[in-house]
Amino acid sequence: MAQAVRPTGAALHDPALLRRVSWLLVVAVLAWPVLVWTEFNPATLLDARSLGATWKFVSDFVPPKHDADFLAELLRETWRTVAIATAGLALAWLLAVPLALLSTARLSLSGLAAPMRPLPTALRQVVRWVLVVLRSIPELVWALLFVRAVGLGPTSGVLAIAITYGGMLGKVYADLLESSDPAATQALLRNGSGRLQALLFGALPECAGELVSYTVYRWECAIRSSVVLGFVGAGGLGQLLDSATKVFAGSEVSAILMVFVALVWLSDRVSAVLRRVMG
Amino acid sequence: MNEAAAVVELRALSAPAAPGVPGLALRGLDLRIAAGEQVAVIGASGAGKTSLLMALACAVRPAGGSVSLFGRDPWAMPTGELRRLRGRLFLAPQVPPLPPRQRVVTAVLAGRLPAMGLLQSLRTLWSPRDAGLAQAALAEVGLADKLWLRVDRLSGGERQRVGLARALVSQASLWLVDEPLSALDPTRARGVIDALLGAARRDGRTLVCSLHQVDVARERFERIVALRAGVCVYDGPAAGLDDAGLRALYAGELPEAVPADPLPAADALPESMCR
Repeated sequence: MAQAVRPTGAALHDPALLRRVSWLLVVAVLAWPVLVWTEFNPATLLDARSLGATWKFVSDFVPPKHDADFLAELLRETWRTVAIATAGLALAWLLAVPLALLSTARLSLSGLAAPMRPLPTALRQVVRWVLVVLRSIPELVWALLFVRAVGLGPTSGVLAIAITYGGMLGKVYADLLESSDPAATQALLRNGSGRLQALLFGALPECAGELVSYTVYRWECAIRSSVVLGFVGAGGLGQLLDSATKVFAGSEVSAILMVFVALVWLSDRVSAVLRRVMG
Repeated sequence: MNEAAAVVELRALSAPAAPGVPGLALRGLDLRIAAGEQVAVIGASGAGKTSLLMALACAVRPAGGSVSLFGRDPWAMPTGELRRLRGRLFLAPQVPPLPPRQRVVTAVLAGRLPAMGLLQSLRTLWSPRDAGLAQAALAEVGLADKLWLRVDRLSGGERQRVGLARALVSQASLWLVDEPLSALDPTRARGVIDALLGAARRDGRTLVCSLHQVDVARERFERIVALRAGVCVYDGPAAGLDDAGLRALYAGELPEAVPADPLPAADALPESMCR
């Protein structure tokens, strides 16, 4: 337009504003009972007694405990935690790979040129349910069961991680295979390759980077998880942390937390290096 | 032509363009191709060239009519037998289906997977024993120096030729090649089509090749099949297809592409849009 009209106050009134304010009010009204039910009361954090206790605990964090005996124990338990996570994830991987290959539609021969036949469809659905069951029960619950069955110690932690993480890895592997570019895999299947050959020459090179990166991330999660499992007696850093917090040994707690951060940082670096190598 | 065994026999074939796509891309197609024949398929975009190759590759189930390959109905076969039949044909799509992170040597040798066991495939992934075979096929399409590179280092035209090298190493007796020249310059295109035809004639393979380059089709192929709107409008020797017939083949598409309602003329546009 040739002559710009100077906008008046009414023209500048944002028509979306009323709607946004109303939504904000609705959310606040809905959120209020939730906060009441969860006994959310920030004031308890600030009353003099809890402030004093927290301060005493936290001020003990510095310096972290570093005498030779404690460091040796810390190193041993760190190694045990890494071992629990690695062994658990390795077992989970063995469980997940066949289930993922069975459940992914990407490697279906019967679904190549027509809707998949009823029998393969049903089989894939059953495998998907198995994966759901495996991962829907938290590893903490599995660990409590296994502690009863095989006794205190790392074995129950390893088995708990293997089962839950097997379900997670299997589901995400299958999804990653299905969300990658289908052209390479389909072309191989169409030209008479077997399913595993199509996986090796078509699907894996398409999504190897994502699969590796997700697996390393799950290893990181398994380390965190094995710490939690330590609280119920599965050994490792978690058990150490459990006893340290129970006696308010702030310097030990801070040393253990620093190890956690170091482990997560390490897995981040491993993942970055692997992804660069896989290109 | 009749005494040789038919490799392909289509009777009144109708089929969608891809599985699950509504509508028909082929509408009642009859076609018979004998063993060892080389056929060019021409036609305007959307005429059904790719759909025909997809139907021949058992990549789409017919909606009507029948397909017979090597004298058998593929859709009456159990899955395992159909897989063995698929190993006897090779479909090279127009866009080469090569994973970007794969090495060229692996991408080419993937054409031999139907003849390999699982252990041998793993061996090939790790360190290919048949590198010489891949190298020879790459040399035929002018890519002899790319054997050990990764696919994502190649240009579009080079990838297309890697896809054709994969066809060259495959042991299929029916090659279905979709627009092999679409990303190539004219000189390169002639070299590639000669390599394909030469290999097919040498080994007695049947070749069905869709082409946009009508001049190449008439020059190099003995038999031409022309499609329009999913039906066959010409099937015979290349010499029998004259310029008038070609004009009809390609010009005839226009009235169908334009919607029935005429577009509004420019001066009929609302004034507000013209300011």
